[in-house]
Amino acid sequence: MLAEFGYGVLVVTFLLALYSVGAAIFGYVNKSAALVESARRSMLLTFPLLTVAALSLILLLVRGDFNVQFVYEVTSRSMPTYLKITAWWGGQAGSLLFWSWLMSAFASAATLRKWDRDQEFLPWVIVVANVTLAFFLALNILFENPFARLYQTFDGNIAAYTFAPANSTPITPADGRGLNPLLRHPGMIIHPPMLYLGFVAYVIPFAFAIAALVTGRTDDRWIRVTRRWSLWAWLFLSFGLVLGGRWAYDVLGWGGYWGWDPVEIAAFMPWLTGTAFLHSVMIQEKRGMLKQWNMVLIILTYALVIFGTFLTRSGVLSSVHAFAQSAIGPSFFVFIGVTFVTSIGLLIHRWADLKAEAEMKSMLSREALFLLNNLLFMSVLVVSFWGVIFPLISELFTGQKVTVGPPFYERANSPLFAALMFLMAIAPLSAWGHSTVQTLGRAIWKPAIAAAAITVVTFFTYTQNWIALIGFFLVALVVLVTLYEFWRGARARQKTQGENFFSALAHLTGKNRRRYGGYIIHISMMLMAIGILGIELFQTETQGTIQVGESLRLQGYELVYRDIAQWDDRSTNVNYTRAVMEVYKNDQLVTKLHPRTDYYYEAQQNMTIPGVRSTMADDVYVLLVDWEPASAIGATFKLYINPLVNWLWVGSLLFLVGVIIAAWPEKDPERATVRATRSARQTSAAD
Amino acid sequence: MGRSKFILGGFLILAAVVYLIYSSTLENQEYFSTVEELKTMGDSAYDRNLRLSGAVIGDTIQYDPQTLTLTFEVAHIPGDFAEVEAQGGLAEVLRVAVADPTRARIKVVHVGPKPDLLRSEAEAIMTGHLGADGIFYADELLLKCPTKYEEAVPEQVSGN
Repeated sequence: MLAEFGYGVLVVTFLLALYSVGAAIFGYVNKSAALVESARRSMLLTFPLLTVAALSLILLLVRGDFNVQFVYEVTSRSMPTYLKITAWWGGQAGSLLFWSWLMSAFASAATLRKWDRDQEFLPWVIVVANVTLAFFLALNILFENPFARLYQTFDGNIAAYTFAPANSTPITPADGRGLNPLLRHPGMIIHPPMLYLGFVAYVIPFAFAIAALVTGRTDDRWIRVTRRWSLWAWLFLSFGLVLGGRWAYDVLGWGGYWGWDPVEIAAFMPWLTGTAFLHSVMIQEKRGMLKQWNMVLIILTYALVIFGTFLTRSGVLSSVHAFAQSAIGPSFFVFIGVTFVTSIGLLIHRWADLKAEAEMKSMLSREALFLLNNLLFMSVLVVSFWGVIFPLISELFTGQKVTVGPPFYERANSPLFAALMFLMAIAPLSAWGHSTVQTLGRAIWKPAIAAAAITVVTFFTYTQNWIALIGFFLVALVVLVTLYEFWRGARARQKTQGENFFSALAHLTGKNRRRYGGYIIHISMMLMAIGILGIELFQTETQGTIQVGESLRLQGYELVYRDIAQWDDRSTNVNYTRAVMEVYKNDQLVTKLHPRTDYYYEAQQNMTIPGVRSTMADDVYVLLVDWEPASAIGATFKLYINPLVNWLWVGSLLFLVGVIIAAWPEKDPERATVRATRSARQTSAAD
Repeated sequence: MGRSKFILGGFLILAAVVYLIYSSTLENQEYFSTVEELKTMGDSAYDRNLRLSGAVIGDTIQYDPQTLTLTFEVAHIPGDFAEVEAQGGLAEVLRVAVADPTRARIKVVHVGPKPDLLRSEAEAIMTGHLGADGIFYADELLLKCPTKYEEAVPEQVSGN
């Protein structure tokens, strides 16, 4: 009964979303405020309705109603309640509903803002949000019903149906198949919703962009209204990516965190356009340039968000040539195609209105460097996209299926990442409008010399690997330039305001949150770069079968195998095998590690959990590969030393701080931005 | 003057990116191959980076924990998705491939920890090269198990 009720709510919400689209369009065309208001209220109603549908599904999951196919597929009796709830997004049907639910929540939040100054945008924001919502609901209703039940038909077949077929009996399996043990990790529980929060939040800036195109109000109002939305979207997306990496590092047991597989790239691509967008909107706000380009970026981001949702959910992993695997594949492609063509059509229609208000003159001006930054992000996007579609292209032209592996992405992207880092160092020092080699040189020589000195010290004390040295030089340069900027700003304030250095620093950051938040993000990216350079270039490994009392040695570490124990946990139906290893460095006992293997009886699957000792210098990462119970053969371990990788995770925490500072609402945001624009224009005129 | 500078700069960047993509692609191509295709590829098979897929035959899995050497055989499965669907889906194709002794098979050697998902009727996707001894040496081993979490509906259900 509850299943049918949930399905009914989905259908009602779908119809309501369609009504809302129609009412908004008619209201706009006929200038009927009442109709637009009706559209707005219908949109607000979708959220409570979808919450009811979601609660129905959660109730079914928690009750363990295995008659419902989705419940059967993603939960089992032995799973704890919190995992039963999070199983909501553990399968395709549920995660599509989760997408819709977030969409309605964000659209409602956007609709509740004060619209007095932007009345004309309202109907079109409603249209875009509700078209997207209706599409995802249609997928649930037509192809992937999370509420479908299992029935046995008269010919003996068992299948899932939305409505009971004639002459059939409902089937309730005794237990469900449960969630893949690999996915029962906190990182994997938060990772998908984080990505989805990012994906869905990007729909809002896109909706405003389309509203601006349709209504012809092509100034930068749409960008100002959605600035915070894009920042939060970017934050969630970034954090989703980092959490995914952390999960791989903790659970997958190959000592890495990122493998350039198509699913990862699918989530990475909207991040690239989103990051480019974040930078280029500043040029539009400050200089009135790149208006067309910003539209292109947000349209691309939306298309890639939908594409990413499809790719991460359809299980085409590692067989990219099989795009049509899922029943919803063609629908996704049609939807992406139609929305993309419509958006680009609108953009072409308004192309002339979006002309730049100023011309770019100096190659070293800040706007030119921002443009270069955009081109580099787009280049990384093209490299990544090429890697994903290369099998399709090669099959089309040569008849042979050829793919490219991770080395392709690493080789093609590394120079681009290095160039981006170099830009990160010089762009903050450049001026709007005009800079020269002399002005930039004057600003950068001190940090550059310090960075070079650090690199020389690194050469003699740490590594002679030239790629690493280039990387560390760029990291040092960016960090020093950025810190120098903080210092200069704080000193200037100290003089004019008579504050002490630290309160000057705090006020400086507080008064220019976007700028200094951005700088903190730059520094955090550099910390992450240290971690990536470390694990990519310096990872070492060894392996061996040893008996109790024997040891493995690597990079100055000695790991002594002390003990092994095996036991069953009846409540979760898991068998644990856990080894005890003592870690010595310079003959000093530093810690004990417990690499283990969990065997899930129900899933008949092993999970290898590494023992990790993390410091800022390196991670000792040991896996229990194999063992013979009660025998003299001993156990087999694989040991990795991952230098500097901890900087990646520490950097991601600082990143969080930076984004929160940049996105924190200012007391009077409207006036603050207007003033900033005016003073920026004045400075550029003075140049 | 001002514009041409930017256009030239843009072209230089474009050329650099095209070169990066082109050269990296050439260096890192991996040819998708099924077991049967590998057997008919002839000599060209030996000097190519290959990505081979096949069905793991459970009885042939051997693991030497001393050297971390894993050996097993895989049976041919079609590479084309439509063909797999036509034959009843991946799980069914894998089951049939393992059960059929007349299928083309190849021996695989991989050095490393034994993957958690390695078992009979899993799909192995292996990156590596074909040795002169006819053995496939896999540098990378990915496994897909459709049996537990992807399949439609099982037999072990209790009617009520």
